[in-house]
Amino acid sequence: MSYVVKNLAQGSRELIAFRIGDQEFCVNIMSVREIRGWTKATGLPHSPSYVMGVINLRGAVLPIVDLSARLGMRRAEPSPRHVIIVSQVKKRIVGLLVEAVSDILTVTDDNIQPVPEVSSELEKQYARGILAIDKRMICLIELDSLFPDTESEAA
Amino acid sequence: MDMNEIKEIFFQECEEQLAELESGLLKLNDGDRDPETVNAVFRAVHSIKGGAGAFGLDDLVSFAHVFETTLDCVRSNKLEPSQDVLKVMLKSADILADLVTASRDGGSVEEGRSRGLVKELEALARGELPSGGAAPAEAPKPQPAKAAPAKAAAPAPAAPSDDSGFQPIPFTFEGFGEEEQTLEPSVFEVIFKPRRELYAKGNEAALLLRDLSRVGEMSINCDVDQLPAFDKMDPEAAYFSWTILVKTSKGEQDIRSVFEFAEWDCDLDVKVQESTAEELPMIPVPFDLSALDDEGAEEDNESSDDHSAMESAAAAAVAAAETASNVTRLAASRAEKKESQAAAAAAAAAANANANNSAGQTIRVDLDRVDRLINLVGELVINQAMLSQSVIENDNNGTSSINMGLEELQQLTREIQDSVMAIRAQPVKPVFQRMSRIVREVADMVGKSIRLVTEGENTEVDKTVIDKLAEPLTHMIRNAVDHGIESPEKREAAGKNPEGTVKLTAKHRSGRIVIELVDDGAGINRERVRQKAIDNDLIAADSNLTDEEIDNLIFMPGFSTADKISDISGRGVGMDVVKRSIQALGGRITISSRPGQGSTFTMSLPLTLAVLDGMVVTVAGQTLVVPLTAIVETLQPEASSIHSFGANQRLISIRNSFCPLVDVGRILNFRGTQANPVEGVALLVESEGGGQRALMVDAIQGQRQVVIKSLEANYTHVPGIAAATILGDGRVALILDVDAVVAASRGQSLRQDGVLKSDMSLAATG
Repeated sequence: MSYVVKNLAQGSRELIAFRIGDQEFCVNIMSVREIRGWTKATGLPHSPSYVMGVINLRGAVLPIVDLSARLGMRRAEPSPRHVIIVSQVKKRIVGLLVEAVSDILTVTDDNIQPVPEVSSELEKQYARGILAIDKRMICLIELDSLFPDTESEAA
Repeated sequence: MDMNEIKEIFFQECEEQLAELESGLLKLNDGDRDPETVNAVFRAVHSIKGGAGAFGLDDLVSFAHVFETTLDCVRSNKLEPSQDVLKVMLKSADILADLVTASRDGGSVEEGRSRGLVKELEALARGELPSGGAAPAEAPKPQPAKAAPAKAAAPAPAAPSDDSGFQPIPFTFEGFGEEEQTLEPSVFEVIFKPRRELYAKGNEAALLLRDLSRVGEMSINCDVDQLPAFDKMDPEAAYFSWTILVKTSKGEQDIRSVFEFAEWDCDLDVKVQESTAEELPMIPVPFDLSALDDEGAEEDNESSDDHSAMESAAAAAVAAAETASNVTRLAASRAEKKESQAAAAAAAAAANANANNSAGQTIRVDLDRVDRLINLVGELVINQAMLSQSVIENDNNGTSSINMGLEELQQLTREIQDSVMAIRAQPVKPVFQRMSRIVREVADMVGKSIRLVTEGENTEVDKTVIDKLAEPLTHMIRNAVDHGIESPEKREAAGKNPEGTVKLTAKHRSGRIVIELVDDGAGINRERVRQKAIDNDLIAADSNLTDEEIDNLIFMPGFSTADKISDISGRGVGMDVVKRSIQALGGRITISSRPGQGSTFTMSLPLTLAVLDGMVVTVAGQTLVVPLTAIVETLQPEASSIHSFGANQRLISIRNSFCPLVDVGRILNFRGTQANPVEGVALLVESEGGGQRALMVDAIQGQRQVVIKSLEANYTHVPGIAAATILGDGRVALILDVDAVVAASRGQSLRQDGVLKSDMSLAATG
């Protein structure tokens, strides 16, 4: 967990909290470009199950990822109430489908607890810490590790 | 702006200068003897040298200097620009380009090559013939003594900036005694009159004068007569001129070298005083406006002061040309009167050309900015389409003014889109110029004599197309030179001009650019091609092929007819690579060949990669776009023409031939079972492999020009999909990659490859 400690040792920061099913997650606000309502995506052939397709974001083709499915939970059934968090992951822009955005949190490192040892590789991989706010548990996730960059397919 | 940025600008300018240099040399090669062309060539090398000096690029400076010296001999008519001389010059231009590239990207240029050329250039400057010699008739004749005075005096700006004293190279004072070249101190009278451009370019008169003082003992007199009243003064104009007496043991060269980088922007007159004054060789001619035509020059300067910067530039050009014409007049009047008029006319023409040039102003813009603009305009077009769609849906009375306004908006957006696209359009000239170098190099290597003729270099096409055109074109040119054109002996035996011709033309044809490469070589040896194809198992030994089919065999992968594998071409990866890269650009390539008379390759390419003409179709509820270029015809299949073939293959009979039926929805995994062909539409497409396939889609929505959007930018490559676009309803539609779909239908798996890739990019561990 030394990574967590090092990464968080810079005082307070702002996070965006959102809901998927009955769980709450948050990501660093710096990686979020905008939040927009759900529009129907154009499906892509031969794509992984969590890729819902692509939408038109002011002229750019934006892939939409069902974050619920990506985190290993059940697939979302998008409704107009769902929102897309447009976020920057490395050099790419990805839209994350979540159920609702709940909060903007300002936290200091003291608020962030390390992730308990769990067996699942997937959780270990994306979870960077846990916040306890108003008796809620919010899991801080790191998008970069959810969507590792592969330069190889550029060739 | 830091040093690196300035350096970057310098290299950008170098590119332009190099292009100018090369086109100038090629013009000279074609027999153009316009003094302005020679001057342009000289200026190009001179500017590169100047800039390189400022950045301390010593290799570049020293080579440019030698080159410049030799060019100066041409400029001063001491060296006749014969074919052989120009051959050396063109090679030198290549080396110069290499040196520029090496200075920019690091790396080095083969020293042997540049040193060899330096020697050749120096030899030329000394008036020796290039090795490998020209016919005596072509040799630069010794100048008639009568004309020599003016000519000997003409060169000057090439003076070295170092203190090495006299440079014997450009000045062989044939017919004159050596007595002028003594080291006795002599007094020079220097009249230095800066023009406003001198200051505009950041030169400083005081610094120049300080440098001059280092040449020798100096007395200086500033002429302030031109200074107007304070309220009439233009803060950016040049009003002062100086008369300087320099006593020095050095020559006129050293004095002129002080003004080396300012000479284009000032009136400079260097005279030797005292006894040598009436000696003709020392009378300076070329940059002397005031001495020859005092009144006119001043008028020019004054008028330019009053005008805007652009006009003043034009005026300066005219003034410069006037100087040139005066120079020629003076020079010629000592030789012959008739010549003078011709020369003056030529100079006047050059002046016109110059003035025109300065009018065509350009700006340098980062390509990213243009792309962003194009994206935004594309978005505007889509938005406009969405808007009119919703207005039409909600508006029942139909004739409202809103509709009128919308129509106007539509026209405006179209126009904006067209003009934005035009920004990206560039002439194919730079690529064509690179080809001339390749022809020279390859022809040299294989010992052939080949002339490249280019036509339609100003044909414009999208920048991305230009960038991607260079590689296949290089390949084809190499092939044409190496294989297409025969050796000079063979050509002579066949009764042809021993010098082969390769012709490269570009033209616009029905919304596409057509590039043709014609050689007058032996044409395709069909018998050998056929044999080779049989040997390489590309065709069956007993197959019966038409001439055209045989010609097209050279585009097959792994085909090479070169008997021996050379450095230049013939590694068997030639023409199929060319064909593939042309197809990747959305183009087609065809060949036609006549034995003994040569071959013609014709490439047809889209003008832009940003938009595409497509057919919008529906497949399993999804909207797809099929590139129109791939579609041969569309047809509504009848039940009787569908034939099952094997377990799950189906063929469709079209005019008595059978064509495999490919269900696009199935290939792209949009649906699990094959659709009923009778309910859909078949698109007959021609694919890369040459074969035809009938693609099954559910319905055709229409034909439309679509803006191509990259999927790779934010996602990854999707197998079977070439790109995406945004339709009028604002939704993303995918553009079908016809070749990949056809390949998949042949059994090469589309899926495997694809899922692997997307897993890697978006999945974590599992």
